[in-house]
Amino acid sequence: MSNLRILVACKRVVDYAVKIRVNAAGTAVETANVKHSMNPFDEIGTEQAILIKEALAKSKGTAEIIAVSCGPNKSQETLRTALAMGADRAIHVETDEELQPLAVAKLLRAVVDKEKPDMVILGKQAIDDDSNQTGQMLAGLLNWPQATFASKVELAEKAMTVTREVDGGVETVKTALPAILTTDLRLNVPRYASLPNIMKAKKKPLAKLTVAELGVDIKPRIETLKVAEPPKRQGGKIVESVDDLVDKLKNEAKVL
Amino acid sequence: MTSLLRIAARRVPARIARPVSGIASQARYVSTSSPIDPSVGLTDDQKELQSVARAFADNEFAPKMQEWDENQHFPVDVLRKGAELGFGGIYIREDVGGSGLGRLETSVIFEALSTGCVSTTAYISIHNMCAWMIDSFGSDEQRFKYLPKLASMENFASYCLTEPGAGSDAAGLATTAVKKGSHYVLNGSKAFISGGGSSDVYLIMARTGGAGPKGISCFVVEKGFKGLSFGKKENKLGWNSQPTRAVIMEDCEVPAENLLGGEGQGFSIAMKGLNGGRINIGSCSLGAAQASLELALEHVKVRKQFNEPLSHFQNTQFKLADMATSLLSSRLMIRQAATMLDQGHPSVASFCAMAKLHATDACFQICDDSLQLHGGYGYLKDYKVNVYLRDSRVHRILEGTNEVMRMVASRALLAE
Repeated sequence: MSNLRILVACKRVVDYAVKIRVNAAGTAVETANVKHSMNPFDEIGTEQAILIKEALAKSKGTAEIIAVSCGPNKSQETLRTALAMGADRAIHVETDEELQPLAVAKLLRAVVDKEKPDMVILGKQAIDDDSNQTGQMLAGLLNWPQATFASKVELAEKAMTVTREVDGGVETVKTALPAILTTDLRLNVPRYASLPNIMKAKKKPLAKLTVAELGVDIKPRIETLKVAEPPKRQGGKIVESVDDLVDKLKNEAKVL
Repeated sequence: MTSLLRIAARRVPARIARPVSGIASQARYVSTSSPIDPSVGLTDDQKELQSVARAFADNEFAPKMQEWDENQHFPVDVLRKGAELGFGGIYIREDVGGSGLGRLETSVIFEALSTGCVSTTAYISIHNMCAWMIDSFGSDEQRFKYLPKLASMENFASYCLTEPGAGSDAAGLATTAVKKGSHYVLNGSKAFISGGGSSDVYLIMARTGGAGPKGISCFVVEKGFKGLSFGKKENKLGWNSQPTRAVIMEDCEVPAENLLGGEGQGFSIAMKGLNGGRINIGSCSLGAAQASLELALEHVKVRKQFNEPLSHFQNTQFKLADMATSLLSSRLMIRQAATMLDQGHPSVASFCAMAKLHATDACFQICDDSLQLHGGYGYLKDYKVNVYLRDSRVHRILEGTNEVMRMVASRALLAE
């Protein structure tokens, strides 16, 4: 394995620690003036790409890591974070339009056609929409193999062995490259960017692309009708007997 | 450029991973339009630096802060973890492994780190101040001998000016350094030295000449030099995650090449170090106040009395507004002084003094107000606010008491 090109997809999302609220119109989560950061699963993806590059360097191989993000101008903050962690260059597909997973997958396919990477790493899902679709759709569009929910990755010449966390337990798959990888929580623990690397990131190339020049139709296919907060937590009750409990479960909570 | 690569190759750190904490730190609605948002007015780079420092503080310092305070534990491993990110040599030059950042970036970083643990951050700032003194006034031999290991925190550094008989009257210090052939022989003792006994490198101000500031020189003294010993570890109100001891010199032999700068230059070096040190300590106070205010804001939304959350009472609202205003004024003064230091402004000493005076006083008050807003709970060590209060109390005293800050400012005012 001499030279590898890795494309890492990153999304700017509301920071995981924020206590989110629904906006006044009831149409979406309020994102104005709220702290944003890179989707945690994308941080894991960026970290994995860097780990692969570092492992390759030990056997005199090289890797080029390209971070890509689709979204408004502020997505560049996310790309800068990826560069500061260790990505080599970045691509920003700029649009202010709403982007749903299929649109992002199509945009990424166009970027893949341009950059011809050996693998694309995505987070398993974004923490704002929890779609868990983009990686899979991209694999479908490209007709590439996919290994999702990865908790361990081993690279070989033109192939990778991936351990996946699935409902039934843990599954190991082997795919040829090029392939799609989506990250799960236990794949790695992302590094902090170091202070010198943050400053060096400024000098790394950040290219901008438009949706038009990629020739992609990003029109949303799904319309969100309503967003509401879950019902407020009610107080609990102490029951006197098992019969009482069964009665409540049957008739009030309606779970039996 | 090649020297940069050389340093990078030499360090090759294991990547510094964040701890795998399943539970996120308490979710908070972090609005970027909040009056106390510390990223206001910063460039994108500065925000990125602040973000990393805050993340490190949240993940590495905050969960341990109370434990370190309670057990008087000096967290060497966590300090070194931070050093691998560049916190060991933030504003020293890159050829010796530093990050080469400016003083404003440094202030932003220390403020963010302090929200996690004031005491540990304050120690980092002292270590950085010593590294800067060697970087600025040392020969290249001295720089390359000491700074790479200080930048990585393989070695720790302490600043030794104060003596039992010379605190505010620092220029009256009595430790002597007599040239004897290829060595200087030092005799005397230093008091209240942060890191004393644990540090490897001590910057010691001693008298080589006559009375007053012009007779003082600065020496780089290594632990293990003959005649260097330490007093007992002091028991302090705060700053418990760093050891404080007396540093004792009894015919301590220091090689002549360990003189930093020239004979008679020591006091000037010490004071220039302190200009930056005052901004650093002020920045640590900012972090304490920021964290205390964030804690107060959470508490008053949750705590109810008379059937209402405390945040509904006008007294609470006005108190919080006063705290935020006071924090903002402190932050602006500290950041302006830092910018002036970056620009090499001739009057920087008085601005650093006034900023330190204002910020340390105001931020201690904010910590105290936050404790009050917590009511009885604020007095319990289960809650964090008492640590911020106790740690920030000493900022009004060290690196020049706030009384000395008034001396510096008034002297500049009246010097026309």
